[in-house]
Amino acid sequence: MRVALFVTCVNDTLFPGTGRAVVRLLRRLGVEVDFPRAQTCCGQMHANTGYREEAVRLARRSVAALRGYDAVVVPSGSCAAMIREQYPKLAGPSGPFADAVAHVASKTYELTEFLIDVLGTTDVGAYFPHRVTYHPTCHSLRGIRLGDRPLTLLRQVKGLELVPLPGAEECCGFGGTFALKNADVSAAMCADKVRAVLDTGAEVLCAADNSCLMHIGGMLGRQKSGVRVMHLAEILCSTEAVGVR
Amino acid sequence: MSVTFLGMPATRPFPRNAARAVRDSQLRFNLRKATRTIRAKRASVVAEAPDWAELREAGRAIKEHTLRNLDKYLVQLEESVTAAGGHVHWAADAAEANRIVADLVKATGETEVVKVKSMATQEIGLNEALLAQGITAYETDLAELIVQLGDDRPSHILVPAIHRNRAEIREIFAEHMSGWGRPAPEDLTDDPAALAEAARLHLRERFLKTKVAISGANFAIAETGTMVVLESEGNGRMCLTLPRTLISVVGIEKVLPTWRDLEVFLQLLPRSSTGERMNPYTSMWTGAAEGQEFHLVLLDNGRTGVLADEVGRQALRCIRCSACLNVCPVYERTGGHAYGSVYPGPIGAILTPQLRGMGSELDRSLPYASSLCGACYEVCPVAIDIPSVLVELRARAPHPWAERAGMAAAGWVLERSGRLARMQRAGGRLRRLVPRRLPGPLGGWTDTRDLPKVPEESFREWWDRTDGGRR
Repeated sequence: MRVALFVTCVNDTLFPGTGRAVVRLLRRLGVEVDFPRAQTCCGQMHANTGYREEAVRLARRSVAALRGYDAVVVPSGSCAAMIREQYPKLAGPSGPFADAVAHVASKTYELTEFLIDVLGTTDVGAYFPHRVTYHPTCHSLRGIRLGDRPLTLLRQVKGLELVPLPGAEECCGFGGTFALKNADVSAAMCADKVRAVLDTGAEVLCAADNSCLMHIGGMLGRQKSGVRVMHLAEILCSTEAVGVR
Repeated sequence: MSVTFLGMPATRPFPRNAARAVRDSQLRFNLRKATRTIRAKRASVVAEAPDWAELREAGRAIKEHTLRNLDKYLVQLEESVTAAGGHVHWAADAAEANRIVADLVKATGETEVVKVKSMATQEIGLNEALLAQGITAYETDLAELIVQLGDDRPSHILVPAIHRNRAEIREIFAEHMSGWGRPAPEDLTDDPAALAEAARLHLRERFLKTKVAISGANFAIAETGTMVVLESEGNGRMCLTLPRTLISVVGIEKVLPTWRDLEVFLQLLPRSSTGERMNPYTSMWTGAAEGQEFHLVLLDNGRTGVLADEVGRQALRCIRCSACLNVCPVYERTGGHAYGSVYPGPIGAILTPQLRGMGSELDRSLPYASSLCGACYEVCPVAIDIPSVLVELRARAPHPWAERAGMAAAGWVLERSGRLARMQRAGGRLRRLVPRRLPGPLGGWTDTRDLPKVPEESFREWWDRTDGGRR
């Protein structure tokens, strides 16, 4: 099986540890991933801010970079949703680009989907002795409908104490450029999410999207809360032998 | 083309209105409490309906079919209403609708009218237009009464006074009821039952002596000419039956083909709006009853323009249930006034810019008044894909030049992986120079949130250096 990692521009640039964790985790499970060097960004920021031309250009180059693989793994529910749900709209009903989009979209999996649906594993042999709460980001929850896949994986992690996050399904207020264009509302939403996280007494907040974690973590950090944010992949990657990262 | 009027002047952009709203702790508390209560109620009664998904799909399909054949059904509605003894008037915009209604009221010789809660009449600013003609319109819905007495504006489609708590309502009643009719009792408390009783006595007097009533309609059945109004207090029933003349202002998208179609909507609407299994007061009338006169004013006010839009037209399926408002994390923090339209929340964010155009700063900002979290789409009983329409409207909105430049620059960098890699290397070298607070619009982030630490090495640099971790 030829598997491509679409690491996403946010992870590539700001959270390389997440990309490394995906590579190591999948290798541990017997899957060698390829990193198509031509990839950059799925184009979601442009599409959702109203810059469709740029978004189409980025969609074209992403599809070209990811074509021909048996599976594309994306450690981001949001970018996976972009490829699977928005690309077909950007590509239109027919034509070569629409065909290429349909092909790539049908092979695109968010990390937890790939682990559970493709590899058929729920226990990835991870060890993470901490109190963790999970925030199901909007695009993971309502976009690609990850359901309880992330929780299923977290429950199998040795030593991990999983605590439920109250109001988990509520948006954290990131929303891409929403966080800048409506900064006050975004911060108000984030403040409520941060309070919910602190109420759990968790040491670590985890999610399947680093962009939302960057936002919530940014406020947790500003408040000197002591709560860490971590991408799910990094928790699943850590073992007794290797530890985190 | 004149700009479609939607009951409120389009003023400052949404983010500025919202910034003020989020700092109002009383408003935040009231909204949080109210939206969460209705949200939970809705969720529980929807969960107990085993065929909800099918009902939702049926609602979507009926509305879609009707809108595609609106020309046919509107003419059929006119024929049915006329055959049942009613009079049908067509209004292209707010001004025409207001003129028709004012003339009809003047023809009765009356100077006072009672009103059933109606979004269409709010949309056209009917009360103000009537007042200019010497006619006083009295709102009889409890929440609309609170808004009217408080010289306030509605902030929610279904619960117009959602931004008020009972202590504030007590003050409004005590201070202003006497100016409009029967005063509130001297010893009025903020007990909900006492407040309701004060309103009941105040309104009862009004129902018994007013000869003209104005309503909207939730549904208008083309097949039979039947108007349908759903309400919860009985005030609508009073207005619809007691007066001699009844005038209903109804948006053209409210038509349903057949009586049987109601089966679907009388299940979808109460569960989605008030979280009730069955609506408390459902009034239906066909044409004019004996000794009464009935006028139907069919209102366009920008709707045919929306209908012509392939992506945006789904907004016309809306049955004004407010489920999207109640579940919206943005609405919960800002309330309805920030949206500068009688249609607030997610549905307002897609309806207002379509009806009114994106000529003003406010209307241009409305499609961005969402984090695209998708909660609205999930609860919509007629499956309006609000996030997709928002994204479509954003693509059409004029963008500020600074943002355009930033987006173009980002697009340029991301268009070649080599450019991205060079930017990442530069970022890695300058990582210690990133300030704690950023200037300009980027300060919106750093005012409340730390920036992420820029790593020494990007993922692709690591991949190249280590051959994907193999070295």
